[in-house]
Amino acid sequence: MARAVTPARKATVTVFAWGVGLLIFFPILWTILTSFKTEAEAIASPPSFVGFDWTLENYSTVMERSNYFLHFLNSVVISVGSTLIGLLVAIPAAWSMAFVPGKRTKDVLMWMLSTKMLPPVGVLIPIYLIFRDTGLLDTRTGLVIVLTLINLPIIVWMLYTYFKEIPVDILEAARMDGASLRAEIIYVLTPMAVPGIASTLLLNIILAWNEAFWTLNLTAANAAPLTAFIASYSSPEGLFYAKLSAASTMAIAPILIMGWFSQKQLVRGLTFGAVK
Amino acid sequence: MATQHSKSAARFMISPAVLLLLGWMLIPLSLTLYFSFLRYNLLMPGTEEWAGFLNYRFFLTDPAFFDAIWNTLLLVGGVLVITIVGGVLLALLLDQPFWGQGIVRILVIAPFFVMPTVSALVWKNMFMNPVNGLFAFLAKAVGLEPFDFLAHAPLSSIILIVAWGWLPFATLILLTALQSLDSEQLEAAEMDGASWLSRFFYIMLPHLSRAITVVILIQTIFLLSVFAEILVTTNGGPGTATTNLTFLVYAQSLLQFDVGAGSAGGVVAIILANIVAIFLMRMIGKNLDA
Amino acid sequence: MGRIILEQVTKSFGDVNVIPPLDLEIEDGEFVVFVGPSGCGKSTLLRLIAGLEDVSSGQISIDGRAATELPPAKRGLAMVFQSYALYPHMSVRKNISFPLKMAGLDQAEQNKRVEAAAKVLNLTDYLDRRPGQLSGGQRQRVAIGRAIVREPAAFLFDEPLSNLDAALRVNMRLEISELHNSLETTMIYVTHDQVEAMTMADKIVVLRAGHIEQVGTPLDLYRNPRNLFVAGFIGSPKMNFIEGAEAAKHNAATIGIRPEHLSISKSEGQWKGTVGVSEHLGSDTFLHVHAKDLTSEPITVRSDGEVDIHHGDTVFLSPQDDKIHRFDKEGLRIS
Repeated sequence: MARAVTPARKATVTVFAWGVGLLIFFPILWTILTSFKTEAEAIASPPSFVGFDWTLENYSTVMERSNYFLHFLNSVVISVGSTLIGLLVAIPAAWSMAFVPGKRTKDVLMWMLSTKMLPPVGVLIPIYLIFRDTGLLDTRTGLVIVLTLINLPIIVWMLYTYFKEIPVDILEAARMDGASLRAEIIYVLTPMAVPGIASTLLLNIILAWNEAFWTLNLTAANAAPLTAFIASYSSPEGLFYAKLSAASTMAIAPILIMGWFSQKQLVRGLTFGAVK
Repeated sequence: MATQHSKSAARFMISPAVLLLLGWMLIPLSLTLYFSFLRYNLLMPGTEEWAGFLNYRFFLTDPAFFDAIWNTLLLVGGVLVITIVGGVLLALLLDQPFWGQGIVRILVIAPFFVMPTVSALVWKNMFMNPVNGLFAFLAKAVGLEPFDFLAHAPLSSIILIVAWGWLPFATLILLTALQSLDSEQLEAAEMDGASWLSRFFYIMLPHLSRAITVVILIQTIFLLSVFAEILVTTNGGPGTATTNLTFLVYAQSLLQFDVGAGSAGGVVAIILANIVAIFLMRMIGKNLDA
Repeated sequence: MGRIILEQVTKSFGDVNVIPPLDLEIEDGEFVVFVGPSGCGKSTLLRLIAGLEDVSSGQISIDGRAATELPPAKRGLAMVFQSYALYPHMSVRKNISFPLKMAGLDQAEQNKRVEAAAKVLNLTDYLDRRPGQLSGGQRQRVAIGRAIVREPAAFLFDEPLSNLDAALRVNMRLEISELHNSLETTMIYVTHDQVEAMTMADKIVVLRAGHIEQVGTPLDLYRNPRNLFVAGFIGSPKMNFIEGAEAAKHNAATIGIRPEHLSISKSEGQWKGTVGVSEHLGSDTFLHVHAKDLTSEPITVRSDGEVDIHHGDTVFLSPQDDKIHRFDKEGLRIS
């Protein structure tokens, strides 16, 4: 039982916590605000917080001048595609490890995790050359392949920890009821694991959306997702803060919202179940 | 416990994942290893020849290599210190009852979801720019000379940017761990006459130690590979001031097209990451038994 | 139909031999109870019959058909699990019709059978609820419903009542017995509770460490336990065992006498002792009598509900001579 806290103490903590929270959030807030300013106001001194002429001009400029929609679509295709394929491969694997554990299951799990620890730069060159020779450079397919592979261990692990919580009795009951393995996975396991599968999906879309090593190195104009598109603002000409802010806001908004929904699962997913 | 039927089914269903990851690991790794012993430049195709340990000697004696190792250590260490200390303090704060807990939690966690290129560019331009940045404005407002962060303190600036992104991660994990602490333990300690400080050091911190270790290990894995933040802010410079190992290998192979030396660097990076990985895997492996 | 035959069946997990070679025949329509202390292999045996575990060697046949290699789905058996194992994401109706759906029956036939089962089990009003919204007893009935719609060759029950409270357990015991009477299908029932075994079974199989200690009707086991283990396991309160000089008088290493076969008197009798704890149940009184000359364990005696004997009284016990069980040094019955 928590003890009652005096209102005065609670008020102090409230002020303090909100202050710190806003400070940490401020760069994002500032980016969002700046995206609604004109370029002149964006660099005005003193800077204004809300007392400026709100405009949507930057958003339309970003959309018009660059192929923003293409990059957005690339991000969606790459992150969702790699996550879905990953799930398709990982669900059967996690089923095996959670419900038919053998002597080597633990070793396989650990080995899968170890592939995630491979520094990407260690395999950059061969992947780059293979992609160059097979025409996969700067294609969505190529990125989907790479992101599926780098996130597969996380997907398997997350699903494994969720599946472990489903009593094996229920799967055995399905077997007794005449269900084939396929029916068991489709009608019993998957619906029961929906919350776990959903948070795995969400977290992996987020990770893939924000992945910035492979996307920067393996794409140019065609398949570049938003991470790479935004990077093109690093050598700008003229006034560009407001436009950078608009592009940035559009790039982070969808994932910020998904992230807030998945924050509870985040801890478990990213620590491979070590902290729950 | 299972039947032969389900065992063979299990083997069948796990094989796609295993084969994919096996391919992903073995093919590029062996190629990297192979290239690292070749003289191989992308600008001179067809002139590849066996080079023995030449690439390693070249890469390891390059002054840039020592800078890169040093920068990598500083970057990893700096971000870890900031995120762990900040994370513990924030977790303690957010664990207190106050109005709007849910919203503040959302505000604090937000930076983790910002893609690295966005956070780096926003910080570089809108905050750290010596002319139009918000920091420059603040400095001028109190009568100080604006400071050109990325020119005069480039590595510290990058550490700050990266730490901002990882602070939420550390906070969230430490907060989760803190909330799993049995409040009766704290109350018992209070009954025993322990002050807040001794409760923190003797009960909370030991309880958090496991979560802290996990944070350190996982962040280290990711921090060893920081790349985008460097690429869009300083491009590794000025000089080699912000070149870490990852960036050095990238520059060596894709900017100077020296695949051989780049591969040797890649192998070195793999060895370093493995040292961290071994510790992390032990931790997680232990948890698997519990 | 539901004749199940196990021939030389063994099961080992790694180096641990859980079931040594075991033979058992279960006749069509029989209610068979596997009973034994925990870890005796009774659940493993049930899972071997179900096909949820492979036998290490030996043969299982169901209705004359070799079933050893068949997966659970193909054996035509239904199982009720200790945890009920209901599908939490499906309504009661969907739970019960799941085996029918798997068998590919059309929707109308599914509905007909589900309604019929629900009627028998008093679940008609709950068909659209989820398992999470039901009480323990109702869940139990859904699990049974899911089993009966399949019209299986045999029902397997794995300690189905152990998660219910005492009163409900007695009710469900009766319901399952009634179900067996009306369906006349083979039922195999695993329990560690000898009361369940005695009250429900046509045939009891007493297991210890994977071995069958004795097979027989409940009264058979009660009257003629083959060895000390069965004698001590079947019957409540437990049979009293006396060794030493008194046993030697009967030419046995150990003699056993059930509490209900001892008479107690304040004035005269064969054995003298002092009353320790007495448990008054209303209908009966169980007296624990300390007779140091005979045995170090207290002797349990069943007496009338309103007997006038108290703690510390000196009493005399007399066994009914024809109810004394005699056992040799190996613990086997001497007949």
